[in-house]
Amino acid sequence: MKTWDAIVVGAGHNGLVNACYLQRAGLDVLVVEKNKWIGGAAVSRSLTPGFLYSNCSYVCSLFRPEIMRDLDLPRFGLQVISYEGGAVFTRDGDYLANYRDHHAHRREFARFSKKDAEAYDRYARDVTRQCRFIQPLLMRTAPDPTSLKPRDIGELVYLARKFAGLGAREMADTMRFWTMSISDFLDEYFETDVIKANLSLSGIIGTALGPMSPGTAYVLLHHYMGEVDGSVGAWGYARGGMGAVTQALADSFRASGGTIRTQAEVEEILVKKGQAAGVVLSDGEEIHGRMVISNADVKRTFLKLVDERELPEIFLRRVRNFRMRGSSGKLNIALDSMPEFPALPPDSPCVRADLHFTDTVERMERAYDDWKAGRWSADPFLDVVIPTTLDPTMAPPGKHFMSVFVQYCPPKVEGREWTDADRDAFAETVISQIVDYSPGFRDRIVHMEVRTPRELEAEVGLTEGNIFQGELTFDQLLFNRPVPGYAQYRSPIGGLYICGSSTHPGGGVMGAPGRNAALEILRDLKRGTSHMSPAHDVI
Amino acid sequence: MNADMTVGTKPTEIAHRLALQPHFRTLRLGTPFQPRVEALSSRQEWYDWAGYKAPSVLWDEELEYFAIRSQAAVFDISPMVKYRIEGPDAEGFLDRLTLRDVTKLRPGRVHYTAWCDDDGHVLDDGTLFRLSDTRFRLCCQERHLPWLLDSAIGFGVEIEEETEEIAALALQGPTSWSVLEAAGCPGTERLKPFDIGTFAHEGEEVTISRTGFTGDLGYEIFVNAGHALSLWDRLFEAGKLFGIRAIGYAALNRARIEAGFIVANADFVTAEHALRSDRVRMPDAIGLGFMVDLKKGYFNGRRAIEKSRANGGPAQLLVGLEIEGNVPAEHAIVYHNAKREVGLVSAAIWSPTAKRNIAIASLDRRYGRPGTADLWVEIYAMRELQYIKMMKRAKIVPRPFIKLPRRIATPPGRF
Repeated sequence: MKTWDAIVVGAGHNGLVNACYLQRAGLDVLVVEKNKWIGGAAVSRSLTPGFLYSNCSYVCSLFRPEIMRDLDLPRFGLQVISYEGGAVFTRDGDYLANYRDHHAHRREFARFSKKDAEAYDRYARDVTRQCRFIQPLLMRTAPDPTSLKPRDIGELVYLARKFAGLGAREMADTMRFWTMSISDFLDEYFETDVIKANLSLSGIIGTALGPMSPGTAYVLLHHYMGEVDGSVGAWGYARGGMGAVTQALADSFRASGGTIRTQAEVEEILVKKGQAAGVVLSDGEEIHGRMVISNADVKRTFLKLVDERELPEIFLRRVRNFRMRGSSGKLNIALDSMPEFPALPPDSPCVRADLHFTDTVERMERAYDDWKAGRWSADPFLDVVIPTTLDPTMAPPGKHFMSVFVQYCPPKVEGREWTDADRDAFAETVISQIVDYSPGFRDRIVHMEVRTPRELEAEVGLTEGNIFQGELTFDQLLFNRPVPGYAQYRSPIGGLYICGSSTHPGGGVMGAPGRNAALEILRDLKRGTSHMSPAHDVI
Repeated sequence: MNADMTVGTKPTEIAHRLALQPHFRTLRLGTPFQPRVEALSSRQEWYDWAGYKAPSVLWDEELEYFAIRSQAAVFDISPMVKYRIEGPDAEGFLDRLTLRDVTKLRPGRVHYTAWCDDDGHVLDDGTLFRLSDTRFRLCCQERHLPWLLDSAIGFGVEIEEETEEIAALALQGPTSWSVLEAAGCPGTERLKPFDIGTFAHEGEEVTISRTGFTGDLGYEIFVNAGHALSLWDRLFEAGKLFGIRAIGYAALNRARIEAGFIVANADFVTAEHALRSDRVRMPDAIGLGFMVDLKKGYFNGRRAIEKSRANGGPAQLLVGLEIEGNVPAEHAIVYHNAKREVGLVSAAIWSPTAKRNIAIASLDRRYGRPGTADLWVEIYAMRELQYIKMMKRAKIVPRPFIKLPRRIATPPGRF
């Protein structure tokens, strides 16, 4: 029976990035995926004729350009298109837009407050400075501060030097970013509710925290440190939906000789004498491999796929306590015509980008209060995009795909499991909010896919449906992600690695965890890594 | 829809906001003078000045430059950011905010000043107009409303941004006063450099100051936006016999380099825009140390500036350079001993008036003192798809590079 050099569990974007790099290093790699399709949470599926959905993740910015180039993804069809800024609708019939043009952006803010309009430059400077500090860390393994290995010490020195290179005020800002709430942080710059709500969005997306929870300022940075073709902080659509990212990865992987098996659900990771030896599929088939790399989240990997008896006590306890809470849901909607938003001028570019209906930080926090009580938000926060305004491949001409990210949505409803009736009621809450700002919206709906944490966990395998595979709070970042002492993609079991968003540098369709894990694996194998570009310089 | 949809906002405020929505259709605004400037722009070469459509060249850069030095040139400075600062504590507030002693600035006078953050890093430079005992206008390149408002806490002062409401023109050149005389602006002959006067225009008072960015005889005129076009017409009618011409920024830039003036975010990076923490500059580093008045009380950045001076001053110094040859050295690297990199040229031209190759540069402190020997500038001149690479000698010279007696003569000459 064949023994693979490496078996990657899960064909999500990080699993595929990892597999690509290993295969290109000369290993014989098998990717096993439980679903009929590949992609994990970066997937485009057609659930109704003529329409393609970005079923989970829906916009692209964080995916590292170094990886796109190393793996030749443009040749395999990956195109990322920047989009224009979006808008927050206000309850008084107005809106606040985000324009790409610097001066239009200022004038737009000035409609609400001249002071806030002129505060934006300082805000942007401070955020950009922090992004410049963090960006180079994304493509480096987090050093273990307790280790005496030369490489860890070297990396710690690099970190310390970078930190020391900041001015005294920036250092103070760094600490504040990593610990403050996005609401408190924005209060230092702005006075207008809707402007703060607009900028808070990035602080809470994907997080089981409210805008007033400490730590959410960092989540904002996490959403800002991406880029589209060097335009830092810009977001775009992957042409053909987010599945285009994983399709390109899969094609690149196969072109370099790799093998993907779908409908192959891993039931167990085989461990023999403390050493990973392969996987057992749900139908009982055993596949042998010299190493196993899990793209599943840290809880699923170590609490479901590995026999707990193989794992040390403290490690297990930490994994159990790793915070990975479901907080979001999603509606994917096929529309037979472009929805109207009467508040927007007919030629507004905002419809080509992200739309929101939560105009105060207070409302966001109240939405979070519902989640704490175990209910979906009665007045949810929505992140709405209509990619078909720029991408002609996802719907027939004149028809549209709308992606609606919804927060907050609990993993259990008041302590019990979700039912189909709950799911439908949740969808209705969302639709009725959209209808408030887009009359006639309901009549345009051709088909709708509703996803609560229940569906996300069952289908994609994300524990509790947490999109980041674990909260992005400082206690769970860098050398603490996912578990202190195991932040370098290795595990207590020899030959078992993790490469998903549970690891440094965390969630989002970034690819960095998968790439960094491959680098560590190749180091363990003493293989060359010349096919892996270092992070682009931040100059 | 929520019942409290409109709670908390006044209908007039909403109407105001709604009326401003369509701004996204015009990414570069025209100034109040735009119809006239547009009509004179045979080249249609525009640049973005703080969100305004501003002319870089109207018809011929070189001839526009000579309009400044030989006739009367009109440059639309409406995009300059303007703040009205008024109140019983306005003087005290501005004294705390800026580097110079504002108590010495008499009503009817202007001074060139700068202001710093707590670390002594320059936020901007600009001109401060004292229009009355309690009323000032601050003109600058960048936007500072939050900084001004936050600094004003505890002072009896009102601050309003009035960039769009106030249109402004620079009228510069040897015949500029003749234009004013012909336009019937009595009293302007008595204005000394940095004096402010007024004249009547369409039942309104127009503010005029003997200031400018050219080092020449010249004036700056501020008018409510509604009367901008008629003022323009009045000046151009009066200026017919005095060679009045509208000009673009390229020509003005030549004149300002000759005059040795610096431009924020061109010759130095302002503190609120610097992404790299080592790019910020103290006044001493950009040639504005003369403004720092330690005889007055506390002002923002004072302690940091004093500390820096006690430690030998800033790491860089901004200087004027005279470079051999005639090829402008824009953005060239400056070397010592033709080997060691010691600075960068931020602006450079061949000066038609001084007949010299001049530049403004920031140099490491050790090499930025007058008399430093052995300075070199590396110039890459692209000529028909080939770089001609030159290493040229440079020496530090005082700014301004030209001194025109007509700039300060009072009463001003007719040409």
